[in-house]
Amino acid sequence: MMSATPSAATSDRTDAARMTASSPPLAAPLKTPRDLGWIGVPVVAVAGLAAFWLFPSDLGLLTRILAAALYVLSLDLVLGYCGIATLGQAAMFGTGAYVAGIAAVNWVADPLALLAIGGVAGGLIALATGALILHARGLTLLMLTVAVTQIVQEVANKARDWTGGSDGLSGIDPNPVFGAFRFDMVGRTSYLFALAVLVVALLVARRIVRSPFGLACRGVKEDPLRVSALGGSPKAYLVAMYAVAGVFAGVAGALTAVTSGIVGLDSASFSWSAEALVMLVLGGTGRLYGAVIGTVAFMAVHHILAATDPFHWMLFIGLFLMGVVLFLPGGILSGFERLAGLLRRKGDKA
Amino acid sequence: METLFGIAVDGVAYGMILFIISVGLSVTLGLMRVVNLAHGAFAMVGGYVASYAAQSLGLPYPAALVVAVALTVLATLPLEKLLYRRIYGHANELGQVLLTIGLTFVIVATVNYLFGPTLKRIPLPDLLLGTVSLGPKAIPTHRAFVIGMGAVTLLGLWWLLERTDFGIRLRAAVDDPAMAAALGIRTERLYMATFALGTGLAALGGVLGAELLPLEPYYAIRYIVLFLAVVAVGGAGSIFGSAAAALALGITDTAGKYLIPNFGEFFFYAALILILFRWPHGFFKGRTA
Repeated sequence: MMSATPSAATSDRTDAARMTASSPPLAAPLKTPRDLGWIGVPVVAVAGLAAFWLFPSDLGLLTRILAAALYVLSLDLVLGYCGIATLGQAAMFGTGAYVAGIAAVNWVADPLALLAIGGVAGGLIALATGALILHARGLTLLMLTVAVTQIVQEVANKARDWTGGSDGLSGIDPNPVFGAFRFDMVGRTSYLFALAVLVVALLVARRIVRSPFGLACRGVKEDPLRVSALGGSPKAYLVAMYAVAGVFAGVAGALTAVTSGIVGLDSASFSWSAEALVMLVLGGTGRLYGAVIGTVAFMAVHHILAATDPFHWMLFIGLFLMGVVLFLPGGILSGFERLAGLLRRKGDKA
Repeated sequence: METLFGIAVDGVAYGMILFIISVGLSVTLGLMRVVNLAHGAFAMVGGYVASYAAQSLGLPYPAALVVAVALTVLATLPLEKLLYRRIYGHANELGQVLLTIGLTFVIVATVNYLFGPTLKRIPLPDLLLGTVSLGPKAIPTHRAFVIGMGAVTLLGLWWLLERTDFGIRLRAAVDDPAMAAALGIRTERLYMATFALGTGLAALGGVLGAELLPLEPYYAIRYIVLFLAVVAVGGAGSIFGSAAAALALGITDTAGKYLIPNFGEFFFYAALILILFRWPHGFFKGRTA
């Protein structure tokens, strides 16, 4: 990539200069209707509160869904905004969950501090591994991300004294949130806490992807050569965003640990990574709210179907996945948008 | 000494199974640029068909093997036309991964529905049950048979790709698909034939390796990472790369299980990261298909 940069810069200098001056090539496709704007965050908050009143007996499942949505959101930052296809997001989630869990068992009891610890842990592991592996592409990158996840899982499995190994880490008992709201047995506090964290994370993520840094990452996704011709370092942007997403995934892991009270080996597994990818693509990549919608759809259907027979679930999700790839490449959200566009066009005609 | 010999025999046999299955993936990845996560599922289908043919229909082992390979190829060819043809090419890794994961799930669920969740065996004929003596040592006949079949596959593929008309066209299409098509090579047919070759090899490996990689519905998901690791280290499209990577992996993995049973996986993945960090296109980046 670096070797190609000088030639592109010298031969097309005038061309590139003209294009950047007259029509900002990276900013142009960003104002698409896919951006739901500010309305999405309050919608998530209101829908979350509505679910709190509607399904008071399923709060455990709903809390898991919220934490998973945050985890899938972190993958969206990497995949949707940087174009990094990864099968290793669970490495960051698992690290955050385990580090926060170990801290909770041994030293810290404040839930917010635990989230911060998980986020830092996830961010650090993402920074370290991202710098090591993000020069690769395609199958090689997929394999590297898988390998990182497997190593994290193996370390968690072997460090039995700290993590409990295959029995899982239990005994996480955080203090009340802000010293006032105790984590009750029904899970009301857990649910509202998770909802608040998710809403804040959505706001932060929205801010990040609309910042100059976020736009630069999208630039890398669209055309890394041009970004380096303009003087940016594509790999530096990718590693930085990978680390930011690692923080989100680490917070999601810590949130799961805090609200559920246990951490298992499956939180750093290959299949949890693959499921994140599936959920994100079902909802739609590169639009933040797609992560939430995909997670809710996936985990709700999973809850209903897997209760009868896990293989029914696999058949359904397999067919659904193939259908989405072949017929609805932008995910569920793009389906809604297409429908809306169709209706609007009909309305215009009439 | 005894242990070393055991490691060598088991490791090479295991490596040969990995080679037979992975080289099919390597060839399709090298030509069509499809990250086919359903490859393990194809191997599993081959194994299940052979098991059914041998146990329920009472076919002898060689016949069951042939039926399994033929049926798997016949069953997957429509998939090439209906699904895979839409996702060929470089730019669409995510779509490929998701489509083939979806296909894997469907195959896993179908196999479970048809054959049940229990472990399936392919009964070996008496001929393969004993041991063959090799100087002062004796090795199980089945292991020797697997190693022999691996060597035959390696030589056969080399001959097919280096010495036949088909191989010349295939290598041309790997190097430059557009130019190959412009020169009158029917790339669509070539893709179909290569896909059939790949799934046939997967099925063959699935049947031969049923003793080492036991047949159950989650086979397709459990071992695909292994096959992908072989291809990533060996370099997509390189036969000898796949063979060397598969053998190295088989021997290390077996040695790890014998000698340091606790940290086998850890060293395997650490080595994978180091190799791919240094050689992102595979340790044996070859140009032959």
